[in-house]
Amino acid sequence: MHIQIEYYLILSAFMFIVGVVGVLTRRNAIVVFMSIELMLNSANLTMVAFSSYLGNAVGQLFVFFVMAVAAAEAAVGLAIIIALFRNKLTINIDELNILKW
Amino acid sequence: MFNNIQEFYNMLPMIIIGAGILVSIVIEMYSRKSEELIAWFSVFIFIAAAIYSLLTVNSTSIILQGMLATGGNVNILYFIFNFGAAIVTLLSLDYIKKYGTYYGEYYILLQSSVLGMMFMAGAKDLFMIFLGLELMSICFYALAGINRKRLNANEASLKYFLLGAFATGFVVYGIALIFGTAQTTSIDLIVAKFQELSGNLLFIAGILLFVIGFSFKIAAFPFHMWVPDVYQGSATTIAGLFSTGGKAAAFSALIVTVGAIFSSTIGNLFEPYLIVISVFSMLIGSIVAIAQEDIKRMLAYSSISHAGYMIIGFAAGNSEGLAGIIFYLAAYTFMNLGAFGIIALIEGKDETNLSIKSYAGLSHRNPLLAALLSVFMFSLAGIPPFAGFFGKYYIFIAAIKAELTWLAILGVVSSAISVYFYLRIVVLMYFKDAEFEISLEKSNTGLFAVIVSALLVIALGVAPGSVINLISSFF
Repeated sequence: MHIQIEYYLILSAFMFIVGVVGVLTRRNAIVVFMSIELMLNSANLTMVAFSSYLGNAVGQLFVFFVMAVAAAEAAVGLAIIIALFRNKLTINIDELNILKW
Repeated sequence: MFNNIQEFYNMLPMIIIGAGILVSIVIEMYSRKSEELIAWFSVFIFIAAAIYSLLTVNSTSIILQGMLATGGNVNILYFIFNFGAAIVTLLSLDYIKKYGTYYGEYYILLQSSVLGMMFMAGAKDLFMIFLGLELMSICFYALAGINRKRLNANEASLKYFLLGAFATGFVVYGIALIFGTAQTTSIDLIVAKFQELSGNLLFIAGILLFVIGFSFKIAAFPFHMWVPDVYQGSATTIAGLFSTGGKAAAFSALIVTVGAIFSSTIGNLFEPYLIVISVFSMLIGSIVAIAQEDIKRMLAYSSISHAGYMIIGFAAGNSEGLAGIIFYLAAYTFMNLGAFGIIALIEGKDETNLSIKSYAGLSHRNPLLAALLSVFMFSLAGIPPFAGFFGKYYIFIAAIKAELTWLAILGVVSSAISVYFYLRIVVLMYFKDAEFEISLEKSNTGLFAVIVSALLVIALGVAPGSVINLISSFF
């Protein structure tokens, strides 16, 4: 069965919006980070959908780069979160108030 | 890999830095005194890359199957990044001892972030912009929290990381939409197709998301809230790098994309949006900076307002505006690095002496530092004999040519407001007595770096014409 491109685009736009809302409303640093990953994955889905629709492999190549970069970002990000947790014993971003937010 | 030997020579600045990173990692593994050795090695490769890119400024070409541009303004930007990074390295030599991060990896992260900046400035493809942006940003997240024992630094790096990754999400989704509608990621091909695509809603949404994501990196209005916190919480030398190299790299990526699109079309579609972000950045930056008591927070707000001035160049959308942005970036890099350098020299152990009051009576205790800081403050305020004035001058002239006179007037008003908080430091240094004694640790390399940036600020202010002519000749 052939699924039209619009459905993919609507699904990925929905995923992107869920990610943005998650970043803006959740207070746990790990959950915020997961929402950011959701945003990146919605972009990946858009890329793959366009790539197969247009018959242009560049989009799928780009997805590999985005996944690799997201993995590097996760490594640094989780290290930062652990360093904070060791000093403060919380990762709730509302309690990060030494510097005026 | 290379089609001919000329491609190799044109790419040499990047190869120098890239090979330098690998050599530094080996030095870090095997040498006992790696911290000192890597620092001097970094200064060497940064200066070598800066001088080489300035010497080959005329050899313009497109290399690596249309992925990278070399020569022309790209090389001028390479010079700005590498020379700025060399100044940061010289400042760091003594600073990171008192900050408590005497590690070699500090310099390796610095080198990697500079490589990312160079990819962004030379990009001819959205791929390269994305990879350069992430190479730079991930190193910056780690550098912001390089001292993992300090709560301030932890907090700054977490905020920087979460908001930076959020902005990256916007950039990636924007690139996905642009790719889907333009069927290519090559910037030249997108620019060529722009006329037929300008009616496509998905394409416009893609560009808008791309610009929104980048307004985080240049510290402009909708995404400016992180700037003061990150600058205050991270090491002073690193904050200097964020505000100059990071901002210059993000602006250069915008020049190769947004600038290329606008200068090729008749109508400037995003002019209203750019005007809004520039007006709000200028005014918010200048007005909120007045209330700051911490000098790093004050410079952070000033950095927001400088981003606003530079965006006027994009709103003008002509080649004078783009040339003005590059000149402004050069002037801003050296004057701001000099100011951050003096803060790093005066800062004591455990992040003391950072309030504005610690500068009272500095002219009696250390006349040289006071004189140098006055040069940077006058230049940041945009007072004539220094580089900052001509940066603003070229941008405002471009705005007037694009019939945006009212925006130029607003820029002048905003910089008149900003004179208050810059000159407050000068008044404190020369006309007030010190309330408390501070002890200054000597740092010869740091002082040398600050003097070099002061000389560059004065040189750019004395002979701005030849520099701007060189930049304009490449558009």
